[in-house]
Amino acid sequence: MDKTKSNCWKWIAMFCLLFVGFQAKAEETINVQEIVFSHIQDSYTWHITDWGEQEIAIPLPIIVKGEESGWHCFSSARLHDGSTYENFRLAQEGEHAGKVVETLASGEVVRPLDISITKNVCGLLLACALLLIGILKTARWYQKHPGEAPGGFVGMMEAVVNYIEEDVIRKSIGERDYKPFSSYLLTVFFFILINNLIGIIPLFPGGANVTGNIAVTMVLAVCTFLAVNLFGTKAYWKDIFWPNTPIFLKLPIPIMPFVEFFGIFTKPFALMIRLFANIMAGHTIILALTCLIFISVSMGVWVNIGMTIVSVAFCIFMNCLELFVACLQAYIFTLLSASYIGLAKVRD
Amino acid sequence: MSLLTPDSGLLFWMILSFGIVLVILSKYGFPVIVKAIEDRKAYIEGSLEAARKANEQLANIQKEGERILAEAKEKQNAILKQAMAEKENIIEEAREKAAATANLQLQEATRRIREEKEKAIREVRAEITDLSIAIAEKVMEDKIGKDKSQEAIINRLLDEMSFSKS
Repeated sequence: MDKTKSNCWKWIAMFCLLFVGFQAKAEETINVQEIVFSHIQDSYTWHITDWGEQEIAIPLPIIVKGEESGWHCFSSARLHDGSTYENFRLAQEGEHAGKVVETLASGEVVRPLDISITKNVCGLLLACALLLIGILKTARWYQKHPGEAPGGFVGMMEAVVNYIEEDVIRKSIGERDYKPFSSYLLTVFFFILINNLIGIIPLFPGGANVTGNIAVTMVLAVCTFLAVNLFGTKAYWKDIFWPNTPIFLKLPIPIMPFVEFFGIFTKPFALMIRLFANIMAGHTIILALTCLIFISVSMGVWVNIGMTIVSVAFCIFMNCLELFVACLQAYIFTLLSASYIGLAKVRD
Repeated sequence: MSLLTPDSGLLFWMILSFGIVLVILSKYGFPVIVKAIEDRKAYIEGSLEAARKANEQLANIQKEGERILAEAKEKQNAILKQAMAEKENIIEEAREKAAATANLQLQEATRRIREEKEKAIREVRAEITDLSIAIAEKVMEDKIGKDKSQEAIINRLLDEMSFSKS
């Protein structure tokens, strides 16, 4: 159901883009890199589409703390097209390109403390709200119907929760220790899953590249890092600093302890990069394929029609793949987190 | 390389929102769901176990019923057999008693008959004696006095003729 719907949206979106492309951009040269990067990176406005010459975008609130002037909260529409508002403006180039910078009285340009509600934050909050509603509704259903078997949405949630709980968490961590981590890992799974799925939807409320942003995956990875290392057993730490290897590997120069200790950090780091790269790459490929249509406009009508067909076909394929990857990455993140926690729970 | 540098604002919002989501869900979300699922699983398992036990009990009860029935039948048979034996016993006894009584009566009867017969014989003898004496008196009314010695002679004669033995 979800799959066909999302693909349907994608089709509609692509045809819309196609016509818009023919109407407005036929004469211009397309900067694919800019289009792709502007999507996968964060921005202060939520750009929906261009309708002819008219840009349809939702300005989002900017919340910054200036070095001298304290907290400011204003609409990002005030910074549109490089205009300046209370010494704040969007940097056009340089180190902070695309970010809000503050021009101090001394003329120095600095980056203020910036906790603006950006597009990604919006997507994140939306996903969190949906997640909370979905899970709490499910929990409520169970409280209202004790001892009954659910159907529909709750039944689906039960199947997924049960599968993750039984086959991933309990098996990876072990019967004895899995209980305290169960809620965290389930939250992580559903959090990543819903963000991934919303990210695939190309229309307005979806499409934010939340899990393809390194800040998001970093927080998740750090949480897993803490869950692994704060509750590690004595045997786990012994395996790191005095691993079961030939003595010459650890005594004069502690090679193995060093490798093991390094492993503590590489594991969550790999989690972070894996999720980030997978989702970001998926978005990039779909966008690049869509851009193919506009690039080929200048190559003549027949080439353009051919490329359009190829592009749409590939886009459909990539969307199906992304749908799979969205579920897979959520699963893998949960599975690996669970097995790292399981490894930290070893006993002699 | 801004792709690889985490943005502080997003980091802040991510920590905040993920933290809130995590706290809420691990308090009111997943434990409730997991517990409900586990409770239901336990309930189903318990019900199955109870059903199995009930079935077993039913089978036991059936077996017990059959056993009781068989026992009752056996008892009935035994009682019937005993009653039959008793009946036969009683009949036998009655028959024996009857036979004994009959015997006794027969003996009594024979005894009486014999007595009667003896009595009759004695009477007849007496009569005959009297008659004989009378006849003899009449015959030898004059020749022989009717005295005691005569009478004794006649009695002796009669005895010799063994009239009384029969």
